[in-house]
Order: sequence, then structure tokens, then C-alpha cells
Amino acid sequence: MDSNITKVATHISHNESLIFERSHPGRAGFSLPPLDVPETALDEIIPAHFQREDDLAGMPEVTEVDVVRHFTRMSTWNYSIDLGLYPLGSCTMKYNSRLNEKVARIAGFANLHPLASEGEAQGALQVVYELQQHLTEITGLPGISLQPAAGAHGEMTGVMIIRAFIDARDGREKSAQRRTMLIPDSAHGTNPASAHLSGFTVKTIRSTTEGLTDLDHLRELCAHGDVAGLMLTNPNTLGLFERNIQQICRIVHEAGGLVYMDGANMNALVGVARPGDMGVDVIHLNLHKTFSTPHGGGGPGSGPVCCTKELEPFLPVPRVVVRTRSGSDGVDSPVFKLDFNQPQSIGRVKAFLGNYGMMLRALSYILTHGYDGLREATEAAVLNARYIAHGLLADYEKPFDAPPMHEVVFTDKRQARKGVHTLDIAKRLIDYGFHPMTIYFPLIVSGAMLIEPTESVGRQELDQFIEAMRSIAREAVEDPELVLNAPHTTRIGRLDEAAAARKPVLRWKPREADTEPRAVARG
Amino acid sequence: MANVPENLHYSKDHEWVRVEGDTAVVGITDHAQEQLGDVVYVELPKPGEDFAAHESFGSVESVKAVSEIFTPVSGKVTEVNQTLNDEPEKVNQDPYGEGWMIKLKMSSRGEVDSLLTAAEYEDFTKAESE
Repeated sequence: MDSNITKVATHISHNESLIFERSHPGRAGFSLPPLDVPETALDEIIPAHFQREDDLAGMPEVTEVDVVRHFTRMSTWNYSIDLGLYPLGSCTMKYNSRLNEKVARIAGFANLHPLASEGEAQGALQVVYELQQHLTEITGLPGISLQPAAGAHGEMTGVMIIRAFIDARDGREKSAQRRTMLIPDSAHGTNPASAHLSGFTVKTIRSTTEGLTDLDHLRELCAHGDVAGLMLTNPNTLGLFERNIQQICRIVHEAGGLVYMDGANMNALVGVARPGDMGVDVIHLNLHKTFSTPHGGGGPGSGPVCCTKELEPFLPVPRVVVRTRSGSDGVDSPVFKLDFNQPQSIGRVKAFLGNYGMMLRALSYILTHGYDGLREATEAAVLNARYIAHGLLADYEKPFDAPPMHEVVFTDKRQARKGVHTLDIAKRLIDYGFHPMTIYFPLIVSGAMLIEPTESVGRQELDQFIEAMRSIAREAVEDPELVLNAPHTTRIGRLDEAAAARKPVLRWKPREADTEPRAVARG
Repeated sequence: MANVPENLHYSKDHEWVRVEGDTAVVGITDHAQEQLGDVVYVELPKPGEDFAAHESFGSVESVKAVSEIFTPVSGKVTEVNQTLNDEPEKVNQDPYGEGWMIKLKMSSRGEVDSLLTAAEYEDFTKAESE
């Protein structure tokens, strides 16, 4: 039934039994020489209560090559940005260039010991310092720390800085009256989590029918003198630019609060507009989104925080700073130092300098693009999203009229009349060789499909994606069952996600009836 | 169309209340469970906890999202539906019966009168989906 569709990528269709099932009694990946020293009783080395009694029952007995082949075969089941389009809205899955990987592997950086002294790590510190300079220029915010290890970590660091600032400005007693953090209903779930962990109570701001922050509701919430700040994503998670951002910042500032911007969607702004110029006080960036460092399991992430001059004293320590050394020959040279002497700092938030390998990749990305290139990347990211928005308009419901920025939200409203929902459309997209888009987020849009192509995609692939989505829309009308039961061409069909979450099988167990191992986790 | 029983009171957050003497039995509506999809986990408070009206008393996790659930009226929790620990699917299968969530000893009987009637709730969900 799938003979008519154009398949962009092929799936590896061979199944693979679990490593436990590949076990053969007596096989091993090692061979030890005969013992040539007196044998020591195990009890003398490891106390009896630390020893297992089950003799490692059920552990797979396999050779090295069994293990290598097993995991290599399974690795071919992965879908990755190196295989094709990964249109996860709000996640910015852009291509990670090989040059950046090469830079991160330069031995002098990769092998540097994290405890090396300042004097022995001048090059590494210079990389941190230069990346800091670029990011502060990109955001228009002069204070910076590269320590946070990911986006939510950056968020929380930013919110802690807001709290420390208000404590210092108002005094502890008065500051305790300001414990409300305002967050729009379209925000990422990590925003309220960060605020809550930092001791704030969250109040939700409504979105207008246009998909933007409701200014009247914001004013109303700001009228009680308890607002510490606002956490705003711009463009917001609906892919729309908050065009009233300056007014929003003014309202919050007049109420005595600060504005934190979630930089998850900076891919739409880099080189074009600066949060600092909009009135934002503190922002985090995702190097693993906007600056093309690897993502998810390929990470780790990196979530630098940038802030205004007023908030700078509260940034985590140590700060990486530059000093000038006067040489004996009269020539001045820069010396990079770790500055721990910041009494108002919120303290350290991550060991050493943060996820250093990501900083190398991000600096490489910035330098290879140059500022014109960064701007072009932003323009291409927005153009690509708008191209998809235009291409799908005839077949899918677009809940907001405004032209999208780097990502566009559609819904399943038209397909739902035939009983075909967002999940089904996403699953069917796999049959066409694409990773599905983000689904059911933002939460305020029923049946949301959030599509972010990024700038790494060419027109041909955009057309293929649009054609696949339009084809699915036709199938939803002509043969809904085909979509409802998708995917059809993958190694495993539709999984029962509810059963997996309700009755999870988290580990393999030997079969009780006999000693022959078997998988209980097979779907 | 979602089932909206006549004899219950409804909140705009899609919870229902059944009054039994001075006790309020609270759950989420059929419309809510339809929107959430398959429920996989329900987080409920402990008996003895006090809640103000419209305060979050727990959360419902479905295959799509985690959503907070709110008390339509204020009161002290007298009982929670332990069955949902092992069988969260009851919320989907029988939202007004075996899928109930908590029982509250109401602190103010009058509060239920400010909630929506079945007809009002039906109109509200219709307007919301427009």
C-alpha cells in the first residue's frame, strides 16, 4: 500500500535480539593467564555483605565481537541530524558541522586537565573569554557566565540572579514580599520549574487570540507590588515575535520586576535583533541549539547566561576575565584569569568552566560564519519556516495569522474530522523517512504540530517535507486507516505508548520457569 | 460529544464536583480526559491536606502532557482514590465513576453554587473549541 510514496530515507529493517538472548554458556571476551601468585580468598578483599549471592545469574556470556556487532547493528537504527531533516519545533536541530567537531578534538584543548593552573591553560581561557565577548555582543548584554550545563540550568541560574539582585536592592525583608514570577501560558515547562525551584510562586499570563502576551493581563498581574520578574520566550513557542517586547519590559520594570528572556528561540534573532536592546535584563542561550553544538544524547548541552551591567555582580564564579601584563620589553600582553572575588555572586553552578567542548564548537561556529554569516543563517531559518508555513496552508489549519519566525505551528483540526489526529500524522511522517515534528506542544494549542526546519535545510528537502505532509493530508481523507495505523515501513509498527508508560518493563529478567534467559521487554 | 452528567457541578478547569452531604467528590470531566488522551499517571495529595478553591491539588500525566488539576472548592482532603496508582486508565474509562480523584470536606457549602451547571459547562467547552 506504500508503493506510491516517495521515501526519502531507508530504514534498517532487521530485528536484533537482546544481548541477553545472544548469550552462550561459557563464552567470554577475555582469557587470563594461569594464576602465578597465591590465591586470596574473596572474603578477604570484599566483605561478604557486599557480595552478590546470585552469581550474576542471567548476565550475558558473549565475546568482544558479539558485543561490538550487537551495538553497531543497533546504532544503525538511530535517526539523527546527519541522516535527514529533524523538524522538532522549539528544539532547533540544526546541522553540527564537521569542522566544529575537528576543532573540539584539537589535542591541546581536548587533553587539557581540568585542574591545570591558569598559567598552563591560557589558550583554553582565551577561548572562553573570546566566546564570552561574541555572545555578549550578540545578545547586547555585557555580563556573562558560560557555566550552566544546559538550557534549564541557564534558566535557573538567571532566575537565581534575579532573586539575588532583588534581595540586595530591597533588603531581605522587603524582597520576601516579591516572590511572584510571571510566565505566559505558552512557555516551556522548564520555566515554571526553574522559578519554583528558586523560591518563586508562578502566575500565568494569558495569550491573546493573536498568540501574543496579553498586555492588559500583564498590567493587572503587575499591579500588586509582588512581581519579581517575567520569564518570556521571544519569539514565543508559537513561533511569533512578541512585537510589544519593549512595552512588556517597561511594564515589568515599572512594577519593580526584572525581565528574564528564555533564549531557546534565539535562532530567529542572532545578528538581527538583540535582547539587550529590547529591555531584557537576563537571558540564557542554548549553544546546543542556536550555535550548532550537538544535542540530546550527543551533547552535553551548554546554557550560558548573559545579563545587564546591574546584574553582573551576581553572576556565578569564577568569572573568566582578562588583565593586561606589562612585559619587560614594554609590550603589553593579555593574561586570562579566573576571578573568584565577587562577594555578591550566587556562587558556582557547575564544576570547572562548564561543558568546555561545547564552547570550542560554538566559537568555531561563530568565527566560521562571521557576523554576516550569522545574520544570513537567521534569515534562512526564518525563510525556511515561512516557506513551510506557506506550503502547508492549503492542507492544515494554521491557528495564528501572523507570519512565523523560525518555527510554525499547525493543528490537526481539519484531519480530526476524519478521526486522524496529530499523533497519527506524526507517525505517518516516519513512513516518508522524516523524523516527526514536535507534537502537542505548545500546550495552549489543541493538537499542535510545531515545525522548525532550521537553516540547514535546502529548498529541495523543504519541498519533499511539504509534499510528504500534503500527501498525508490526502491520505487522511481518502484512506484514514492507513494514517491511523502508521508507521508501516519501520522495523516496529505503532507502539502502545500508554501501556509502556502505565506498565513499564524497565529491565530484563531471567524467565522464572527455567534458567533459559529471554526478553520480557519485547514489544 | 463528551458526556456531561446533569447532577454535577463543573469548573472552567474541567473538573467536576459531586456533593454528598458536606463532602465534595472531585474528578476530571469526560471532555478533559478526551483532550488529555491516555492517562498514565495520577499524582494526588494526602488525606488531611487543606486546599483553597482553584488551588492545584495534583497532576495528571497523559501520553501527551502533564497537566495540573485544581480543586473547584476549598476544603480538607478526607480520601483519595488509591486505585488510580495502579489503574490510571480508570480516568479515561469512567471519569465520573471509578476515575474519581479526591473527596474534600467542604469548608463552605456555598462555593459549589458559583460553579458551572452541566448546560453551562457544555456551552463553555463548545466556545473553547471554536
